[in-house]
Parts: sequence; structure tokens; C-alpha cells
Amino acid sequence: MVPSLGKDLLGLEHLTPEQIRLILDTAEPFKEVSERPIKKVPTLRGKTIVNLFFEASTRTRISFEFAEKRLSADTVNVAAQGSSVQKGESLVDTAQNLEAMRIDMVVVRHPSSGAAKFLGDRIRSNVINGGDGMHEHPTQALLDMLSIRDRVGHIDGLKVCICGDVAHSRVARSNIWGLTKLGAEVAVCGPQSLIPGAIEELGVTVFRRIEEAIEWADVLNVLRLQLERMKAGYIPSIREYYRVFGVTLERVERAPRDLVILHPGPMNRGVEIDSRVADGPHSVILHQVTNGVAVRMAVLYLLAGGQPELAEAAKGSDRGGAV
Amino acid sequence: MRPTLLKGGRLIDPSQDHDDVADLLIVDGKVEGSGKDITPPDGAEVIDASGKVVAPGLVDIHVHLREPGREEAETVATGAQAAAAGGFTSVCAMPNTDPVTDNQAAVGFIVKQAAAARAARVYPIGAISVGQKGEQLAEFGEMVHAGAVAVSDDGHPVESSHLMRTALEYALSFGIPVTEHCEDPVLAKTGVMHAGVVATRLGLRGIPSAAEDIMVARNVLLGELTGGHIHLCHISTQRSVELIRWGKERGVNVTAEATPHHFALTHEACDDYDTNAKMNPPLRAQSDVEAVREGLKDGTLDAVATDHAPHHYEAKDRDFDDAPFGVIGLETALGLGLTELVDRGYLSLPELIHRMSTRPANIFHLPAGTLRRGAPADVVVFDPEVRWTVDPTSFLSKSRNTPFAGWELAGRVERTLVGGEVVFSV
Repeated sequence: MVPSLGKDLLGLEHLTPEQIRLILDTAEPFKEVSERPIKKVPTLRGKTIVNLFFEASTRTRISFEFAEKRLSADTVNVAAQGSSVQKGESLVDTAQNLEAMRIDMVVVRHPSSGAAKFLGDRIRSNVINGGDGMHEHPTQALLDMLSIRDRVGHIDGLKVCICGDVAHSRVARSNIWGLTKLGAEVAVCGPQSLIPGAIEELGVTVFRRIEEAIEWADVLNVLRLQLERMKAGYIPSIREYYRVFGVTLERVERAPRDLVILHPGPMNRGVEIDSRVADGPHSVILHQVTNGVAVRMAVLYLLAGGQPELAEAAKGSDRGGAV
Repeated sequence: MRPTLLKGGRLIDPSQDHDDVADLLIVDGKVEGSGKDITPPDGAEVIDASGKVVAPGLVDIHVHLREPGREEAETVATGAQAAAAGGFTSVCAMPNTDPVTDNQAAVGFIVKQAAAARAARVYPIGAISVGQKGEQLAEFGEMVHAGAVAVSDDGHPVESSHLMRTALEYALSFGIPVTEHCEDPVLAKTGVMHAGVVATRLGLRGIPSAAEDIMVARNVLLGELTGGHIHLCHISTQRSVELIRWGKERGVNVTAEATPHHFALTHEACDDYDTNAKMNPPLRAQSDVEAVREGLKDGTLDAVATDHAPHHYEAKDRDFDDAPFGVIGLETALGLGLTELVDRGYLSLPELIHRMSTRPANIFHLPAGTLRRGAPADVVVFDPEVRWTVDPTSFLSKSRNTPFAGWELAGRVERTLVGGEVVFSV
């Protein structure tokens, strides 16, 4: 029996390894759609999807929008301002209004952790978490895993270290859940002021020195360092951060094995990562962006009730323009 | 007023070390006496209390009744009725109202509203500082004269150690405790729940236990410096309990309270972003819950207090970051005490009554917590054997923000008397 994803995709914490593999496997046939001259299949024709973004985002929103359009869904982008006092209220009001217009799915990004679940509990449409506060960003972790799998061939048994501002990162949390469920060993590395409390209880190793992390890892997922963290007093300076924790070419070259380097973007070149690493042979960073569209197509397809075994046929049926 | 005879109940009065089946006679709103087989005076109402516990009415030294300012969530009257339904006959109302209860007129308003409510007695707590701004001392003397029984800036920890020192010294002239919500606001920052693995999992900002511990330590030391009576509210951490124990061993005039939610729940209750489990201090780890229970057992923590904090349902129907802190507690406190402390073997039933009535009355110098002859006839009658399911829609409180909905609890309040008058009965 093929597992389904349920109504919403809120995070990876509550998914089974089978469900995660299902999404990754379903993404495989969708990769090819984006390589065609005519990048469109009729799979979600007639479905209406709202991209509801309460927080600025360029690449996630564009990636979802491409995924939706390549599946022939009708999409509307809503850039909502989360008022500081009544965010929850305006979130539910916005959602109810959208639903009253008979939409099918909502992709939501919101600065508050739990906002996607809040929405999913209150509306009938499928909800996809496009990033909620510091909680989860499941499609990012899925595309990260797909990119690792593409490069290495498997995830099981790999050592993956997430580097940088883990405390404030939803990408880190989704990666921890997804990777550990698929059998990888996960570590985090950064100054302790940017490592969340009790993270070891999630089955994660903590490295305080980047050299130790590189010595240990097969894969580094390098997080963006928000410049606000310095103003908030978590680190003394960006300059020192790069010197002490930066993923530099010198450090990467000293690795005992061939590292794979990921970054969820947008990068701060010369802050958390050296350009020579980001653009070098270890990097799969642009491949991640390409995979993002395929993974999101897979998620949309599965939540809309698509059968994974028919994904190949679904995308193929539009070759002649027929449904 | 007709005399009342409560007949054949298990009469528990910690103030007299009494725990035996006996009758309780009430005449003119006061306790006339207790003993076996009292003959009812002419015209007396005789109430069969056999199988029930008859005890001094419960005393809650920490509630928020929201009036004036937030009457959609609670009023003095509805709060006093909810208190009576929970077996409480005296409650102390915190001053973080709008406007702040920081002067004699504001204190007098609470007293007037309480008298009109004809339910549980409501004693105002005045603010420590004008507007609870932490700058200038409020007029303790005039507030006490108007009916205040303590001072507190609850909700806003007193950041200035100098102000807290002065408050403790100045309060000595009026014999009132200075009560404090212990939290280092800079360390607690914008946290919304306990800093631990659950916060990490949910991606919510944490409030470390040390934010409480640091202020508890400071306040114990200021108590020692001044000789004033420092009362520490809603203790939630293991270290706080240890620090208070240390202070008491040194002879510091420090008292402390714990809430039912802090002895019944851990931070796991915040899972799934349940905003009814969002409170300050936050729900902590299992080791903290254990320390709080032990603290109540050995007397390090003097009293159970609810920190009853009503919020309108719309305020809680938000994402976790934006929802306000606080839970209501008046109508579940006795049940939680019986279920989580007595049934689990931490306290005997008389010890629970001591922590919920006699001891809090003593530390706040209230005429309550006793069934001695001549005392006001503030009495609770409850059936310790009945088990009931918490249904927030049946609460007399205006608010419903409880994390205990659906819990099965022991001990149902059957009747609450204030000054001999029935203010609640099932």
C-alpha cells in the first residue's frame, strides 16, 4: 500500500520515512518536465493555488510558482503584511477569505512558528508550509535530500553536518528530521550562542569547531547567517565569524573525504561560505535550486491526490497537448 | 440569619490540627463551635455533610480579575463567583489592571466591586510602583488603609534592585508582604515557553530557568538585607526551590507559592502549539515539576496559588507567539491538588488544606484559613470521592483558557460558605 501525505505538508517531523521517500521518488519524473522546451503538464489543470507570503521571500516563492505553473494550476500570489499585534487573527481571516473564493491549496510562509499548522487546522484546503518562523521548511529539506541523493546515490549512513545559525533556522530543523528518518547521521556546528538548547535530545551531535565538523562529515549544509544576529549580540562580528566558522576553501581542502556542499540560499559570500567553495566542484547549490521545482511539483501532485505510480504518465500525457 | 449546622462531615482544620468526623455550628456568620453530636439550635438549617470534607474555605493569594480594564475576560464579580465554585472563600487580586491598582481610590474600587459580588471575599493587592513602571513607590500606607493586603508589580518584575530594597523596607511599617514575579526580563527576552527540547523542536523562543532563578536569588538576598517579608510568586524551577530553601534555612523572611499548572504539567503540554499551555513562568521540565511537588511537601513552598489569568478566547485563538500568557485556575485548583498531590502521595489531605487555606491566609495576614470559634464562617464542603471531568463550558469564570479540559479530577466542591452564607452549591 502506497502511503499518502494526508491533507497538509506542515513539516517532516511527523512524516514517516516511507512518506519522505515517496515525495523524493515522485520528484524524479517531474525533474524532466523542466528540461523540456515546453515546460508544462496538465496535471493540476483547474486547481487554484494561493501563495500566501507573510514574510519576504524570493526563491521559495518563485520556485513554488514555477512548480504550480508547470503543473498548469492557476496561481495567485498574496504578499500579506503580518501586523505585529494580530498576526494570528489576520492569518485566519485571510485564509477564510481565500477559501470562500474556493481555492484548493495554500502555500504559506509566516514569521511565527506553528502558523502553517494553525492555518491547516482551520481551513479545508491543503496547506503546504513554505517556512514558519524557526520551526520547519519541509520542501527545502526535501530538495536538500534529493540533491544529496543525486550526488551521492543514497542518504542512509551519510554524515551530514548543518553549519551556522541553527538556533534560528527552520531549514535546520526540517533537515534534522528528514535526514535522521532516512538513516543519515546528523550533526550541527556553530558558536554555542547559535545552537538551540537540548538539540542533542533530537539525536544530533554538536561540534563547536568547524574543523572538527569538516573532519567528520560527508556533507555540509551551510546556513545563511542573518546579519541581524550580530546586532542582537549572538556573535561579535561578521568578520570574525568568517575567520572562525566560515566554510573556506582551505578548510574544505583539508577534509579527509570528498565533501558535498549545500546551501539553502540566499548566500552571504565571504560570511558563512567562501565563493570558491560555493562555486566550486564540491557545491550542489544550483542543483538544489533546480531540484526545488521538482520536489514542489511532487508535493503539490501528491497532496492533490495524485497517484505516485502515475506521475510518469501524468507528465507524459500532455506531450500532444491532450489531457 | 439562620444558624447552620454542618452535620457529620470529616472536619479538617489545619489551624487546630483537627481531622475527625464532627459537626460544625455556624451562628451569625461566625464559627460557633465544633464537636460530636451538636444539638441544632432552634430554627437552624441542618446540612448532612456525612462522607464529605468540611474545611476552612480555600484561600488564593494570586488571581487576576481583570477589572477594571479587561471586563470581557473577567470581572471582580465573575472572578469571585468562579472562586466560590472552586471552594475559595478569599482571593487576592493582582494590581495589573487598566488603570493599574496603584492608589487608594483604585483599591477602594476593587473593595466596592467585591462587596457587591456577594461571592468569595476579594482582597486587593496594590502595586509596588506607580503604574507598575518600576520607578516610583506607590503609596503603600494609603492603599493598606483602603484594604490592600500586599503589594506587587506582578506581570512586571521589579528590575531595579534598589526599588525592591526600598519596597521591602517601606512595607515593614505596614506589616504587608512584597510579592514578586521573579524573572530577569533581559534574560527572558522575547521567549514564549521554557527553553528546552520542546522549544527547540517547535522552533519557539525559550525562557531559560535561570531567568527565574537569578531573580529568586536576588530577592532572597534583598529579604536578608532588609528584614522585609518577600513573597515569591508561582515558583516553577528546581533551582528556585533550592534557593528559597537556602533562604529559609538562613532565617530570611521569605515565603513562596506554586501553581497547580506548575505541579501538574510539563513543557510537553505546549506541543502542537497549544496556546492554553502558554503561561509565564512557563511550564518546565519533569525535574522541575518534581522539585515543586517536593517543595510543597517540605514547606519550602508555603502555598498553592492559582495565578488565575483569564483571557478572552479570541486572544488565545492565535499563533503561539502572539497569544498572551496565562491560564485560569480557580475552578480546577482543588481537583488538581487532590489528584496530583494527594493521590500521588506528596501531601495528606490535611496538608493540602494547609497549603491551600491556612498557610496562605497566615502569610498574607487574612482573617481566614481557620474554623476556630469566633472566626468568620468561611467554609468549603467537598466530596473527595467524586471524580469529575473538566468541562470549561461549565465554568463560572468568563474565560475558558485552561489546559486541563477533559482531565478527570478527584474531589468536587459541593458547597461554599462565606460568613455563613452559601455563595456556591451544586
